[in-house]
Amino acid sequence: MTDRQSPVDNFVLRNFRLIRTIVVILLGWFLAALVILAISRDRGTTLRSFFLGPLSSRVLIGSLFETMTPLVFTGLALAIQFQAKQFNLGAEGCFFIGATVGTAFAISTRMPTALHIVCTIAVGAAAGAAWNWLPGYLKAKYGSSELVCSLMLNYVALYLGLYLINYHFRDTAANEMTSYRLPTTATLPRILPGTRLHIGFLIALAVAVLFWVFLYRTKWGYQIRMVGSNINFAKANGINTGRVIVLAQVIGGAVAGLGGIIQIMGIDQRFLYESLPGFGFDGIVVTRIALNNPLLVIPSALFLAYLKVGGSYMNLMGDVPAELVNVVEGVIILLISSEALLETWRYRIMMRKASER
Amino acid sequence: METEDVILEVQSITKVYTTGVVANRDVSFSVERGSIHAIVGENGAGKTTLMNVLFGLERAQGGRLLLNGKEMEVSTPEEAIRLGIGMVHQHFMLAPDLTVAENVVLGHEPRRGLLLDHSRAVQVTEEISAQHGLHVPANAKVKDLPVGVRQRVEILKALFRKADLLILDEPTAVLTPQETDDLFVTLRRLKTNGITIIFISHKLKEVKAIADRVTVMREGRVVVTRTAAGMSEHEMAHLMVGRDISFDRLPAGNAGDSVLSVRHLSVTSADGVPLLNDITLDVHSGEILGIAGVDGNGQSELVSVLAGLSQPSSGNVSLLGSDLTAMSIRDRHKAGLAYVPEDRLRDGVAASSSIEDNLIVDRYDTPPYSGAVLMNYPYIHDKAREYISSLSIAVQDSRASIESLSGGNIQKVVLARELSSKPKVLLVDQPSRGVDVGSMETVHGLIREQRDAGLAILLVSADLDEVLRLASRILVFYGGQITAEFQDVSNLQPSDLGPYMLGAKRQEATV
Repeated sequence: MTDRQSPVDNFVLRNFRLIRTIVVILLGWFLAALVILAISRDRGTTLRSFFLGPLSSRVLIGSLFETMTPLVFTGLALAIQFQAKQFNLGAEGCFFIGATVGTAFAISTRMPTALHIVCTIAVGAAAGAAWNWLPGYLKAKYGSSELVCSLMLNYVALYLGLYLINYHFRDTAANEMTSYRLPTTATLPRILPGTRLHIGFLIALAVAVLFWVFLYRTKWGYQIRMVGSNINFAKANGINTGRVIVLAQVIGGAVAGLGGIIQIMGIDQRFLYESLPGFGFDGIVVTRIALNNPLLVIPSALFLAYLKVGGSYMNLMGDVPAELVNVVEGVIILLISSEALLETWRYRIMMRKASER
Repeated sequence: METEDVILEVQSITKVYTTGVVANRDVSFSVERGSIHAIVGENGAGKTTLMNVLFGLERAQGGRLLLNGKEMEVSTPEEAIRLGIGMVHQHFMLAPDLTVAENVVLGHEPRRGLLLDHSRAVQVTEEISAQHGLHVPANAKVKDLPVGVRQRVEILKALFRKADLLILDEPTAVLTPQETDDLFVTLRRLKTNGITIIFISHKLKEVKAIADRVTVMREGRVVVTRTAAGMSEHEMAHLMVGRDISFDRLPAGNAGDSVLSVRHLSVTSADGVPLLNDITLDVHSGEILGIAGVDGNGQSELVSVLAGLSQPSSGNVSLLGSDLTAMSIRDRHKAGLAYVPEDRLRDGVAASSSIEDNLIVDRYDTPPYSGAVLMNYPYIHDKAREYISSLSIAVQDSRASIESLSGGNIQKVVLARELSSKPKVLLVDQPSRGVDVGSMETVHGLIREQRDAGLAILLVSADLDEVLRLASRILVFYGGQITAEFQDVSNLQPSDLGPYMLGAKRQEATV
């Protein structure tokens, strides 16, 4: 009998963190359903629009992938830094800086299409990288907290970016506060007719795969993982830990900046944010759900995008506000962070295995 | 056995940690009132866990404890103390800046108004100390006292809290042979005063010398409980390990030329205290140079300077003529220095990473382990499997995280990595700390093999038996200096080293 149970037990033990994450996601959805059932007057429509809405039309499916794209970028940005145990929460600021500096570059230069796209993307990424270099450097050199430093820098990024756009690239003909349109040579091609889904989505998927290879298959990825796993060990074996700490944050900053400029080039085609858009903070949820694994960032970002699109569709069709999504997000983060969740279950399996010996 | 003779009855205690380690499995035995009851077992046999359960530091999942015939529930140390159980931990729990008397009464202070009644504290301390023959300077600060005296303060602390069952967790691990003798005098005196003592150890000689009854544990289970008189040391060892173990000393090999030479090495702490004072030594090929000494007498500073983790204030280190002193850790490694650190979970491995990733940390960036960019994981995987099977490490998957291995197996992984780099000098710090006897044999066997193959080995260990067993030559450290050198160790006894370890004696320089 024990022979029959063992494979399942082993599977559970080996994939415990993943299983726990899936349970948490289901719990989050279940909670959303409960809230809807409790407060909605038109339960059927509201439930249907929240849970099935994102799949109900081509436009909404396009919107799902559109929403997912920036989440993949910021999720990856945080994943690589968390892998190095650097709790840098500056993805928000890097996203913003990448978007503003990239916009400024695109508007002020004239180039043929392909080159303009590539250069603009590179500038956005470089801006994000440079922005995130500072907390990394301060951590490596002086041991200052990258968490505090990067969070503070988010506000510096916000006001610096707004200054740049408002004083130098503001479209005075527009009624709202927005930049000039990006030249068409610097906008990303759309890939699904009738939607705003753009090629940046494919870039996001490619970057996720690239990140996985980088982290798990290259020498630098190895260094990042060792520094994250045990910095004393890395140091005692001659890994230049200061350089790795800076590297992880520079790469993280670059991919967040990349996300920022791609969002502008692909969706809005002009800069119209007036406050921090929040993708950097959503990235924390994404990478936590993905267990900091770049490949899992893809389904994780899809899940969050699904919640968001479902939420706004429900806002439109049903009678429950989209803010429900924030509640679900918060609950999921709390549950994922609670180490004790399902621990008794794992414990019981271990006890059973132990007594078999 | 009459029940009133039994002070403590342990019934079917089972304790499993969340990591899946079964520390105690159906453990049962009883302790007679007024006796010295030894619990022996290898590291990891579950002795300390059991005591933590008794003292309310850990909760068992099954079984019960009967104190004086009544079932007791201890979930905190406070409750254990209230029930009359005292514990002296391996690492002392004392406030170093307070005086002995203040430490003894800490938490139960006699007061005058809102203030500590200092003279009363001193008086109480001296009363208990006279009653049990535990001599301590009541007004001295704990940080100024030697280890043996600090231990007495710990015992006094427990007695002040009216303990009649005293648990000593490996009390002799930090003591010199002479201090151990003093402790035993104290314990016998406590026994005649009616105090029951549980004495945890893996040093069988000591157990034979002091205990009335012995419980032998192996892999979390009780193997047997018997009178100490009815069991020979050899028999105890056999029961502990489950097979015969040789405790014979290693015959000295053929030492060759000097490989590692250390000249006038000094290390001074940030506040100007000399930690290592003008150390000069050579390690020759084919020899194991053992460094003996009580922990904290400069050994760890020596190791850390040699490994490149810290810089000396003066002096230099060279390996086969090339100067290591200013070299980076990586370059030292390339020059032929291998290092097995004392705290392997802190410096030796990345616990949450895979066994594979831990095996390649010193070579991940060189071919064939990696190319210009990519790592060669198929090759790494094959190599890892090779090491795992050659060292009989009990694991199926080299991609499992290393924290799922036992201490002994982790040590084997570290050794496999360090030795496979074909070093010229091996620096081993506390090779069998936290390692069970079975793995210790493997580890010692590996070290011996390397010595016979001509490696120069520097062994630092606080375990005197280990130094005596392995070393071809011994240096004794005290206060950051070498106080003695023994060229011939074959007939050396621990007591011969004791006075030098305590700084009571020192040899005249013989160069």
